Amino acid sequence: MGAAASLDAAATARIMTILGEVPDPEIPVVSVVDLGIVRGVRLAPPAVLITPTYTGCPATLVIEASVRSALDAAGFGEVAVETVLSPPWTTDWISDAGRAQLRDYGIAPPPKGSAARSLKGDEPVECPHCGSADTQEVSRFGSTPCKALWRCRSCQEPFDRFKCH
Amino acid sequence: MSGLFQYLLRLGDDSLILGQRLSEWCGHSPTIEVDLSLSNLGLDLIGQATLLLGYAGEVEGKGRDADRLAFHRDALQFRNCLLVEQPNGDFAQTIARQFLFSTYSHALFQKLTGSTDARIAEIAAKAVKEVAYHADLAADWVVRLGDGTEESHRRMAEGLDWFWRFVDEMFEMDEVERSLAESGVAVDKAALRPQFDEKVSSVLAAATLQPAAYPYPIKGGRVGHHSEHLGHLLAQMQYLQRTYPDAVW
Repeated sequence: MGAAASLDAAATARIMTILGEVPDPEIPVVSVVDLGIVRGVRLAPPAVLITPTYTGCPATLVIEASVRSALDAAGFGEVAVETVLSPPWTTDWISDAGRAQLRDYGIAPPPKGSAARSLKGDEPVECPHCGSADTQEVSRFGSTPCKALWRCRSCQEPFDRFKCH
Repeated sequence: MSGLFQYLLRLGDDSLILGQRLSEWCGHSPTIEVDLSLSNLGLDLIGQATLLLGYAGEVEGKGRDADRLAFHRDALQFRNCLLVEQPNGDFAQTIARQFLFSTYSHALFQKLTGSTDARIAEIAAKAVKEVAYHADLAADWVVRLGDGTEESHRRMAEGLDWFWRFVDEMFEMDEVERSLAESGVAVDKAALRPQFDEKVSSVLAAATLQPAAYPYPIKGGRVGHHSEHLGHLLAQMQYLQRTYPDAVW
């Protein structure tokens, strides 16, 4: 494939399918597309646009490299990978499939449309293990910048919760 | 040195130096949750510094990127406020510093989301969401320590007493920022003070603490006049790049 100056709809669809297979390095059950990190494909000059979840998230570099490798392996070497900051990433961009995968993995997903709500009043979420709503925050900061540490008062299990952002 | 470059250094250096200070707590915090919190705050701040200093380097146009600016400048060339370079002290002192800085920074970034400089506006829109968490976390701890035991109350009060002298500098406006504020790039920080004072008073009231009134504000960081502490911090932060110049991963 030569240095294409632009992409067509078919190529764009193929790129999105390929990126749908690229896992998030911290939460490998969810793809970078379902997490809303891939913002889209620009046709000309061809580029995949990605956005960081948090400015200091160390996974951002790994994600960029994984996207690059996936594109190269599929013959899209001429498609650039560009980081965009605006509009800023929000948990509302996590797809329904992504939310289901997070729950199955033991991470409580953020409720849809919750990003703009006050952080202070984070409502209790369903425990991803037993489904109980009797849960409480243990620490606002968890194992990665995007997660908070919660516990379930029914089954006593701790769990990660994706922070509404 | 252009005004915009100086302004970006001030913003970026505040984040960088405080992020470095917080990283000193990694592995030493009172509990695992606090360790995670302070490390996460540090990470957010260093992420913001990367964006702000990266832009500063582009504006300067001399080929310096964020790393170059962070690791190859001397203390006199840093433009952070004095508050962020002060040592951690005990946990209460660290919380006092964080509470005052994040409350200020949250008000500032909120306004900067409307900057006429598109890059500053988009960095602010990203940062303000993170800083909201920092301000909340610090305020929670001010209340918990202030309204805690006799000893935690005493330490929290002492921490705030020490840092109060550095507060005025955060809101100070000079020619550089006044001119940028007029064109809508920067904001009039003095106008943010009432909002800051109100927030601080309400948190201190909940924490059963008295607002400290320090009559002699200390300033100088914005023009490169720093306390001795910054040199020691840089000696550690810049050690690798000074020992092995141009080393890369």
